[in-house]
Amino acid sequence: MSAEVKEKDPLFSLKNRKLISAPLNKDNPITIQVLGICSALAVTAKLEPSVVMALSVVFVLGVGNVLISLLRKTIPPRIRIIVQLTVIATLVILVDQFLKAFAYDVSKQLSVFVGLIITNCIIMGRFEAFGMANKPWPSFLDGIGNALGYGWILIVVGFLRELLGSGTVWGYPVFEKFGLYSVGYENNGMMILPPMALIVVGVIIWVQRTKVRELIEEN
Amino acid sequence: MQELTSIFVQSIFIDNMVFAYFLGMCSYLAVSRTVKTSMGLGIAVIFVLGITVPVNYLINEYLLGPGSLAWLGPDFVDVNLNFLSFIVFIAVIASMVQLVEMFIEKFSPALYNSLGIFLPLIAVNCAILGGSLFMQEREYQSIAEATSFGLGSGVGWLIAIVGIAAIREKIRYSNVPAPLRGLGITFIITGLMGIAFMMFLGIKI
Repeated sequence: MSAEVKEKDPLFSLKNRKLISAPLNKDNPITIQVLGICSALAVTAKLEPSVVMALSVVFVLGVGNVLISLLRKTIPPRIRIIVQLTVIATLVILVDQFLKAFAYDVSKQLSVFVGLIITNCIIMGRFEAFGMANKPWPSFLDGIGNALGYGWILIVVGFLRELLGSGTVWGYPVFEKFGLYSVGYENNGMMILPPMALIVVGVIIWVQRTKVRELIEEN
Repeated sequence: MQELTSIFVQSIFIDNMVFAYFLGMCSYLAVSRTVKTSMGLGIAVIFVLGITVPVNYLINEYLLGPGSLAWLGPDFVDVNLNFLSFIVFIAVIASMVQLVEMFIEKFSPALYNSLGIFLPLIAVNCAILGGSLFMQEREYQSIAEATSFGLGSGVGWLIAIVGIAAIREKIRYSNVPAPLRGLGITFIITGLMGIAFMMFLGIKI
């Protein structure tokens, strides 16, 4: 299989590089494709869980897309959804057990949301749209690219919410060190609350579409 | 009975799937263009949550949870199959959705025509798996409690999606800044609705 790929395409041809770069901006899974919002917002109150979540999704989507791509000729179309779900669920169980063993605190904070990677539509969506129809290597790149596109939004939201909401970055009290509290600065407790994640993402979308005008929707 | 009502109301308003946990956001954003279709999807979600949460409750209670295999004999008291719960739950959900779809198609073609297209979508709606996972995490005491939690979450989801669809239908007539149109403004409105729903926090029923 891999020999075939090498004959037709160099490993990092323009097309393949595009698979990674497009989802970072113009084809971003969260702000453009509207995939994977579910688990994205709930875990972003702090930076650390956001990063862990992003890494978990990179792993599941990268590996899963390759597996689906390898299996694509043997999966009967009628039962493909359940096959895909089984592949995802297996990978997610791996992630979950790994987190429980090595990062128990974070795993507690993420609670059900690790499990919810299974129904994260970004994963099913990429399997359906890409893995089922492409060779393993491009599928791997597509998986990684989309997961990174998802991840950077998560990390930006997590960073902003933690900074403005609790005045810390990765638990380190930034504002306190700058002495902002002594001049009367108060943390914006609102940023910690779930609804603000939506508004932050809304603002990211606003900024992105102001920069890239062609993305603007007709209502 | 009072306990059940309180779980029901709590899961509609206080622990609303959309506003408190962001579950089912994908279909929530994609299908909320008109009130009519969002109503259809909402009813399908209530239906599926009302079935899968109790079924998964039984599975969790008698097959997967710590010590739940005790009914097989004293050798099995220490068996804990908890790590399998994701894969079992999602398999149950996917097959229940398929079953419900075939059942409705056979017995009520009219309902099938209005719900049919939404049912396959629901298998991957995070609200459904989320319902089962929260059920497991919160350790409900009986199947009745699990059922009323499932139904309540479904109703909460329906309220959320119908609300946003109604607002989106009207917002077409407003002058939204161009880059915010469509997705952006929907996010922000959902955030504001979430803040409104937070007034239910801390209410004890």
